[in-house]
Parts: sequence; structure tokens; C-alpha cells
Amino acid sequence: MTTTQQTPPQSSTDQPAAQQDSWRGYAEEGNDELSRATTVRLKEQSRKLLGELLRPYHKLIWLLVVIVVVENAARLAVPYLVHLGIDKGIPPILAGEGSKTLLTVVAAVFASALIQAAARWLFLMRSGRLGQTILLGLRRRVFDHFQRLSPSFHDKYTSGRVISRLTSDVDVIDEMLETGFDGLVTALLTLIGTSVLLLTLDVKLGLLALLSFPALFLLTAWFRRRSAIVYRRTREAVVLVIVHFVESMTGIRAVQAFRREPRNEEIFWGVNDKYREANLESFRINAIFMPSIKGVGNITIVAILAYGGWQAYHGHVTVGVLTAFLLYLRQFFEPLQDISQFYNTFLSASAALEKLSGVLNEKPDVAEPVQPAQPTKARGHLQLRNVQFSYVDGVAVLPGLELDVPAGQTLALVGTTGAGKTTIAKLVARFYDPTGGHVMLDGIDLRKLTEDDLRERVVMVTQENFLFTGTVADNIRFGKPDATMDEIVEAAKVIGAHDFIMALPDGYETPVAKRGSRLSAGQRQLVAFARAFLADPAVLILDEATSSLDIPSERLIQRALRTILDDRTAIVIAHRLSTVETADRVIVLEHGRIIEDGTPADLITTGGNYAGLHQAWEDSLA
Amino acid sequence: MFSTAMLGVAVGLTVPLVTRAIIDGPVTRHEIDLLLPLALLALGLSISEVLLVWARRWAQSRAVSDLEAALRNDLYIRLQALPMEFHSRWQSGQLLSRVTADLSTIRRFMGFGLLFLVINVLQLVVVTILLLRLYWPLGIVVLVAAAPIIVVSLKFEKKYLAISRRVQDQQGDLATRIEESAVGFRVIKAFGRREHVKQQFNGGAVKLYDTSVDKVRLASRFWTFLEVIPNLTLVIVLLLGALAVGREAITLGTLVAFITLMLSLIWPVESLGTILAMAQEAMTSADRISEILDTESTITDGPDELVNPRGHLRFEHVSFRFSPDSADVLRDINLDLPPGTTLALVGATGSGKTTLTSLVPRLYDVTGGRITIDGHDVRDLTLKSLRTAVASAFDDPTLFSMSARENITLGRPDASEADVQQALEIAQATFANDLPWGLDTRVGEQGMSLSGGQRQRLALARAVLARPAVLVLDDTLSALDVHTEALVEEALRNVLAATTGIVVAHRASTVMLADQVALLENGTITHVGTHAELLATVPAYRTLLAAEEEEVHA
Ligand SMILES: Nc1ncnc2c1ncn2[C@@H]1O[C@H](COP(=O)(O)OP(=O)(O)OP(=O)(O)O)[C@@H](O)[C@H]1O
Ligand SMILES: Nc1ncnc2c1ncn2[C@@H]1O[C@H](COP(=O)(O)OP(=O)(O)OP(=O)(O)O)[C@@H](O)[C@H]1O
Ligand SMILES: [Mg+2]
Ligand SMILES: [Mg+2]
Repeated sequence: MTTTQQTPPQSSTDQPAAQQDSWRGYAEEGNDELSRATTVRLKEQSRKLLGELLRPYHKLIWLLVVIVVVENAARLAVPYLVHLGIDKGIPPILAGEGSKTLLTVVAAVFASALIQAAARWLFLMRSGRLGQTILLGLRRRVFDHFQRLSPSFHDKYTSGRVISRLTSDVDVIDEMLETGFDGLVTALLTLIGTSVLLLTLDVKLGLLALLSFPALFLLTAWFRRRSAIVYRRTREAVVLVIVHFVESMTGIRAVQAFRREPRNEEIFWGVNDKYREANLESFRINAIFMPSIKGVGNITIVAILAYGGWQAYHGHVTVGVLTAFLLYLRQFFEPLQDISQFYNTFLSASAALEKLSGVLNEKPDVAEPVQPAQPTKARGHLQLRNVQFSYVDGVAVLPGLELDVPAGQTLALVGTTGAGKTTIAKLVARFYDPTGGHVMLDGIDLRKLTEDDLRERVVMVTQENFLFTGTVADNIRFGKPDATMDEIVEAAKVIGAHDFIMALPDGYETPVAKRGSRLSAGQRQLVAFARAFLADPAVLILDEATSSLDIPSERLIQRALRTILDDRTAIVIAHRLSTVETADRVIVLEHGRIIEDGTPADLITTGGNYAGLHQAWEDSLA
Repeated sequence: MFSTAMLGVAVGLTVPLVTRAIIDGPVTRHEIDLLLPLALLALGLSISEVLLVWARRWAQSRAVSDLEAALRNDLYIRLQALPMEFHSRWQSGQLLSRVTADLSTIRRFMGFGLLFLVINVLQLVVVTILLLRLYWPLGIVVLVAAAPIIVVSLKFEKKYLAISRRVQDQQGDLATRIEESAVGFRVIKAFGRREHVKQQFNGGAVKLYDTSVDKVRLASRFWTFLEVIPNLTLVIVLLLGALAVGREAITLGTLVAFITLMLSLIWPVESLGTILAMAQEAMTSADRISEILDTESTITDGPDELVNPRGHLRFEHVSFRFSPDSADVLRDINLDLPPGTTLALVGATGSGKTTLTSLVPRLYDVTGGRITIDGHDVRDLTLKSLRTAVASAFDDPTLFSMSARENITLGRPDASEADVQQALEIAQATFANDLPWGLDTRVGEQGMSLSGGQRQRLALARAVLARPAVLVLDDTLSALDVHTEALVEEALRNVLAATTGIVVAHRASTVMLADQVALLENGTITHVGTHAELLATVPAYRTLLAAEEEEVHA
């Protein structure tokens, strides 16, 4: 794949189709990379996934197969019995010998109808539930896997893709499980059963009927090949629709305020049209496939009719056999029609399964340790040893950082925007692993800590505070899922959010609406702060956690911080130096390098960069 | 399309009749000469049936996929036009599931279901009539058998409608969870709440599972029923038919034809179950979609164009509440911003500053009083001209995963390179030129591949580049370090001199950009004056902006 070009590619062929539209801009390759691997591997992967999904239920599946066999045996018995009734039941009546045979046959038809119904009901129930169980398992599994993958994966993959995998792709599989499974199994059995019956009824006619098989086989092979391609395209096209849709809805405020609507419509129409084309093509393949199947069926029936009529004329077959034959052929070809429909959903689901298996095969860049270290009780001693890091190859954000933060120290990181402060925070929270050097907590490299151990010890309030749909209390509780209401209120009180929360219509139970849009920017920040406070970790990272607050609120938090941070290690990133002043130590960062390091007071007296910042900040206040 | 379908059905139905002719003629009556012509006739009919099906499907495929795409487009256009109020009320997943899942359901029904439904019903009717004509006593039996099918179908329909709606809504809820878990991934990670989120997702997924299983249960019963009835009818027909043949009321050939025809009903009846289910789902999907399409946009174009706006902005007794039954967030706001002046808006967290500024470009509409630009009520202006005249940099920089350039030129797509560079200069955002592909670098979802301050400066550059008559800056310097902030402020001074500006600020340095300061307290403007005046005379103002607490008392 094309990666890391430093200049816009001259020929657009370097870029996958989706990126050719210039408005999207260029980015490092990633995205749907998964789909570009060879077909063979994809198929193998998805088949493996299917196997894994089905394996736990193999007993039930065998049971279902038995039920289906019974059902179809009963189903197939009906025309045979009708043939018996006509051939063996009617002559005695005509001869005035009573209707005993006929009655037996009728009873048998009745019995098979009941058996068929019972078996069908059982099958539908059981297979339906099984399908839903598999789907539930799949949903859980993919969801969990996405959550396990590292931020670097999500950076490139984007949320729209995650969403489409878990909605659209899963829906397609759902559709197959709901309709396809049943149809496909029944069809296969009907196929086998009928051919056997046809052959036993009359070998010559049977062989003639079986002549249609190669034609059916070829048709199906063609269909599968074409569909696989088209459905893969469909899956990719729908992703772009979802990505664009989700993004425009998320940023609707900017869209409207900046009159982006017409341009967005154009773009949406573009991706939507690609999706339409893919759908159209799959429709068209079906439009050829399905009538062709019917055609093969029709021609076979006519051939049997002609040849069978000839044979019957010469008395080689009875009228009953011929009738039964025609009935079976009908029963054989009619469902085949709809099988192609089911087969269709099956192929479409396979394409989705390929995508999902691609995701499940992704390994987190930030891997769980094979042999995790057994950390002692957390103290919070942080060490960064010659830490190097870059997001994009060749552009080092941190060229080599040495930093030792003793347990319990409050460290402030200041520096111009884009200096790498957030990056350091993310490395300490192990969003990324450094490209060189070590980040260590209490003497243990973070790479040796399990995710659970790490998250228990290190919590970060990110620069972009995200609130989930739910109530204010829910969002604070996010910091500690088993927190009592009292603890939640306590946390809110400490950081000064209690008053505004109580002023909301339903207090703590007020829903914050989509992304917390029910709250003001500062209020959102307070809630995010409260939830970090509730989490109570050994190492707390605050990345611009008070930037949107008014000065009194900020001051309140500052005072709270003095007690909160007293006994724990903290990294505070702030442009408002009032927050920084309470720190034990300040580090000034420029281009990923530490240029000053000392207590706030010392740095001011030595009169360097920090002193300058401090002066400017003082001046900025009233 | 339908005519080819009908023709197809008709042709399909004549084949059994030809069969009867062959069995009755050449076979029973030994009229072998008729065999070949009849067989050829059957062949011709069969092939024309196939061609008709093909033609119908081919035409249909275009119509259906066009319809789906057009509907999706309509939905998108509608959603973009619906106001903020709608968007904060609706869950993102519910919107998404309508645009994807519901539309595919409709497509599937239109593509396969609808036609099969029509064909099947038609086939049922025609076959029943044929059966009646073949031998009416047996035909009556078949007709009677149809009654329970109709009754049960109607009952099923009602139940299924309710349950499939529930499934679709739950799918939407689940989609919301998925969306939030994907967008909020970094927060989940930062707190190590994977398990927690997983539990929540599981909750939703299990709920969906339960409802889906209920649906399966309902459908299984119905579908089984649909299979039992025709088979039971067959039993009766066979019995009575054989007896009739015995009495020589009908020929053997007629009975065979009758049963053949009847068996051709089994499949249509059986598949009627699936198709009816499909129809119900398509119906609920259509309902869900029309919920959006039928939502009236409350914020629509006014009649007037604003030409060459000077930017005289006035608030006249403006009041605002988010919903009719809640309290006023803003009340009796009166402000006058002559062209070229800049007003700083100061107020505590949650006092309503953002709300006030979003009334100007009509992201929300005032609920009392009015806002005018150059004497026009903003509600009388076309949205296009209003929003061209007003540009905002919001308190959170909303960036899109497009190139940096596309993000900056959002409000003015035709901006020249020089204009772009100038805006970047003003916002101190020239870093954008140094990105791997310069301004053509994609900034990542929500600008995630930029630092916080970089995002904010791009958003600022975007607002500045729009060259609006009214520029709204909502706390847009909060993520900048003091040096950069000072540089931006210096540059902004020139920009603000030429336009009318509203600057929301928490810091004195930003307030200095303005000619006048308005203090927002308890939902209304309590004081207006210069920074120095307010600082000297208004204690509340001092509390909000003073560097040190002590100073308040000093
Ligand atoms: N995901 C990413 N992919 C590529 N580059 C990135 C990514 N995140 C950050 N960068 C780049 O790394 C550099 C450092 O960013 P970082 O977020 O650490 O800055 P910062 O010091 O926190 O700045 P601010 O004060 O503005 O938040 C910036 O130049 C930024 O553009
Ligand atoms: N969509 C909404 N529905 C109901 N109430 C809302 C909504 N959005 C905001 N509010 C409430 O309206 C009040 C004003 O919010 P606004 O965002 O205007 O505050 P702000 O002055 O901008 O605060 P900040 O300085 O924190 O950004 C807040 O108390 C908030 O809770
Ligand atoms: Mg940062
Ligand atoms: Mg605000």
C-alpha cells in the first residue's frame, strides 16, 4: 500500500478511490486497508470466523439438521402419496372394490402434513433463536474488539467505519440468519431428496431431469463470483455514506452556521450514488440469475413432459408416475427461485463477514503484556526514559524526553500550543507506546502492565471532554461505576459543580442530551472533572481541564486541587498559569524538549521562558 | 413493470393446462400427433415466461435503487435543514438507523416483496378461479380454506407491526450506543471503562435479542400455520376428488390437473408469510422515515435578502427559552452594536453567553423580542444571506475529517490562496502549512490529529476568513498559551475594527479587544460599559475577571 508520502501524490492512482476527492485531503493510508488484501485470505478469514461463531452450537445445529430432514421427508412424501392415491387408490374405487386404499393414503397425507408442520415450527423457532444468539455473540465480540484496539487504530479507522461495521454489516448478517439459513438448508435437502426420489420413480426420466444440474451449477458459480465482488463493493460504499452522514450530523452546528449544506449535499449525493450503483448492480445480477434458474426449470419440465408423455403413450410409465414426476419437478424448481434470493443474502452476508473478520484480526498496537508484571500498591512514581515519539514517520513530536516525577508530586506542563504536552499525557496514559525509550510507573514499564492495572492507576481528563447520552449522574458515575449517589454528589460538591446541577430541572437526573449539548461548555468541563475526581487514581492527568471555566469556578477548583492532589501524582497541563502556580514543579516544553524545569517560584526568579509567560499572563488579567 | 409481471404469471399458469392437455390427449386418448405441438407450445410459453421475468426485474432494479437513493438524499437534505433543537433532541443512532437500515428494508420490500406480494395474491386468486372452473365442488373446498388464512393474517399483521417497530427502535438505540462508544472511545480508554461500556452495550444488545426472539416466535407460528392449511386442504381434495373420479364425475386428468394446480398454490401461500412480514417491516420503516420527513423545520428562510450588510446588530427585548415548558434562559436583552463596534460578553459559566450568540445566526430562534441586523429582523432574512453576514467561532472547534483547507474555507469556498494565508496569519495558524501535505492534509475526525490549540486556531481562521459583517467569537482563545493568545489578539484587533463583533470572554485580555463590555447575569444584561468602568463600579464583574480574590476586597 502507499504509505507516508510526504508530498501529495502526483498520480491519483496511488490513492484509493475514496481519497481522490480533493476535499477529503490526504492522510496516511489506513482506513479500509483491510478490504484490499487478497480475496483468498479474506474468504479464509471469514470462513474461519463463521466456524468460530457456529462451533459452540454444533449439537443444536445437528438437531436442526435432523428436524429439517424430517420436515422435508414429510414434505416430499406428499406428492409421492398423491401419486399412490391416484395410481393405487382410484382403480379399486372405479372397480367398485371400496375406498380402503384411498383412505389409508389420505390418512398418510394427513399425517405427513402434521409432521411437516410440527417439524417446521420447531425448526423456525430453534433456528431463529440460534440466529439471534449468534448475532448477539457477534455484536458483543466485535464491539469488545473495537474497544480493545488502540487509539492509533481508531485515529485512522474513524468512528463512522466502526459504526457501519457494527450496524450495517451486522444487519446484513442478521438478514441472512433470519431468512437465508432456513431457505438454504431446505433448498439443499429438497435438491438431494428430490433427485433421489426422481431416480427411484423412474430411472430414465430421473436422469433426464438430472441433466439440468450441470446448468444450475454453472449458473450458481457465475452468480457467486459476480456477487462476491459486487457485495464487497456495496459494503465499502455504505461505509462512506455512513461516515459522511455521521460527520455532518455531529457537526451540524458548524454545517448550518457556515452554510455548508449545498456542498454537503453534493458530497452526500456522490457517496450515496456510489452505493446506489453497487446496489443496482447486485439487483441486475439477480435479474439475470433468477430468471435463468427458472428457465432451466421450465425447459426441464417441458422435456420431461414431452419425453414422459411419449413414454406413457407407449405404456412404459404410468400416468401416476408422470404426474408425480411433474409435481416433484415443480417442487424442486419453485423453491430454487427463492433460494437464489436466499443465496443472495448469504453472499451479501459473507461480504459483511469478511469485513468483520478483518476487524477482528486487527491486533492492538498497544498490546496487552504476555507476562504481565505484578505491580505492588500504586505509589505513582513516573519515569520517562529517553522517550521518543512521532505520529507521522519522520516528524518527531518528542525527540527524546527524560523526566522523573516522584510519587505525590504535582507537575505542571506548560509550553506553546502544539509543543507536545498532550502527547506526553497520552504516552503516560498509554494511548500510544513510545517509538523509543520507556515510560515507567513505579519502576515497571507500562508495556508490562495489564490494561486494568494501568487504568486503575492512571486516569486522564482529556482536552475534549466527551459526555455520553444519559443523566448528569450517569456521566459522573462513569469515573467509578459502583459509586453511590452520595459519592457522586460529594465529588460534584468538591469541584463546585453541585450548585449548577441542582439548578437543572431534574438535578442529577437531568439528561445531558446528545454529547452533553444540554449543558454549557463550562458545565460540561465541570462534569468531566467531577468524574475524574470520583475515579480517584494514583496518577491524575488534567489536560486543559479548566480552560472553559470562569475565573471564580476555576479558583474553586484550584483550591480543591490543593487537597485532591496532595497525596497523588498529577500532571497538570494548563495555559492558565493560576492552575500552574499550585504545582510543585513546572516544566516548560518547546518542540517536545524540556527547556526549563523547577518550582514555579524558582523559575520566576531565574527569569527565563516561564517568567516571561508568567508576566504575560499577569498582564492579561484585570 | 406490473404488466410484464402479470403476463409472466399468466404464462406460468398456462403450463399446467398444457400438461393436462398432454395427459388427457396424447397419453389417455392416444392422440400422439398432438404431443409434439403441445410440447413445443409449452416450451415457447416457458421461455417467454423467463424473458418476461428478466425484463421485469431489469426495469425494476433501476427503479428501486433510484428510489432508495432519492429517499436517502431527501432524508439527508431534510436533516441538514432541521434546527439545532431537533438535533439535540434526537439520538444520533436513531437518525443513522433510519438512513441505513430502514431504507434497506424498504428497498428489499420494493425490490422483491411488493411484487411477490402482488404476484402471489394474484396467483392465488387466478388459481382459485381456475380450480372453481375445473370442478367447482372441490374449488369451494379450496375457497373455504382461504378464510382462516385471511383471518389469521390480519391478526398477525397487527402484532407483527408492533413488534417490528420495537425491534427497529431498539436497533436505533443500539446504534446510538455504538456511535458514542466509537466517538467517545478516548474517554472510555482514559478511564479504563471498557467493561462498563461493554455492559451497557450488552444491555441494549440483549434487549434487542429478546425482542427479536419474540418476533421469531410470532413469525414461526404464523408461517407454520400458513403451511398446514394448504396441506390439510390437499388431504380433503384428494379424498373428495378420488371419490368424484370413482363416481366418474370428473376424469382422472382433471383430478391430476386440479391437484397440480393446487400444489402450485402451496409455495405462494407459504412465502406469503415471509412477504407479509417484510411488508410490515417496510411499513414501520416508512413510518420511522416519515417522522423525520414530516418534521416541520421551525427555522426557515425569510423573504428578504441582506445586501451589503453593514452589520448594525440590535437585540430588542430578546428573551429565549429552550422549550416552551422550561424557564427563560435569557430575558429582556437589549443591546445595540453599531457597525464596526465590538462587544465583549462576560458572564459566569452557564450564564447564557453561548445561547445569546447562537441566536444571531438563528441556530435557535428568539422566543420573545427580536434581533435585527441593519434594521431587518433576522427572521425576515434568508438563511443564506443571514449566515453569510454572521460567522462564528464556537466554544468547541467543530472540525471535519476533510483537508485543512476545506475546513478553513467552509464559510467561503471561493476564497483565494492569499485570503486563506491571511486568515491563517491572523489566527496564528500557519502551522497548517507545515502539516505533511500542507493545507491538503486531512485533519482527522473532529480534527483529532491536531493539538487542542491548533484545532481552535483553525476554527478561528475559518470564522475570520468568512469576512462576515458580524463576527462572533465564543471563548475561542481558551486553549492557547499566553504568548500565542497575545499574538492572535493583536491581529484580531484589526479584523474587529472593520466588523461588528461579539467576543465571549473569561479573561481580561480578551475583553480588551472590545469597545464595550456587557455583563450577563441571571439571564439578562445587567451592566454595559467599558472594561475600566465596570471593573471600578461593578463588584460582580470584578469577581468574574479579577486576577486575585483579594483584589476584590482591596
Ligand atoms: N493523532 C495525531 N496525528 C498526527 N499528529 C498529531 C496527532 N496528535 C497531535 N499531533 C501533532 O503533534 C504535535 C503535538 O501535539 P500535542 O497535542 O501534544 O500538543 P499540545 O502541546 O498538547 O498543544 P495544545 O496546547 O495546543 O493542546 C502537534 O504538532 C500536533 O499537530
Ligand atoms: N439545549 C439546551 N436545552 C436546555 N438548556 C440548555 C441547553 N443548552 C444550554 N442550556 C442551559 O442554558 C444555560 C446557558 O448555557 P450557555 O451554553 O449559553 O452558557 P455559557 O454562558 O455559554 O456558559 P460557558 O461559559 O460555560 O460556555 C446553561 O445553564 C445550560 O445548562
Ligand atoms: Mg494539548
Ligand atoms: Mg459557552
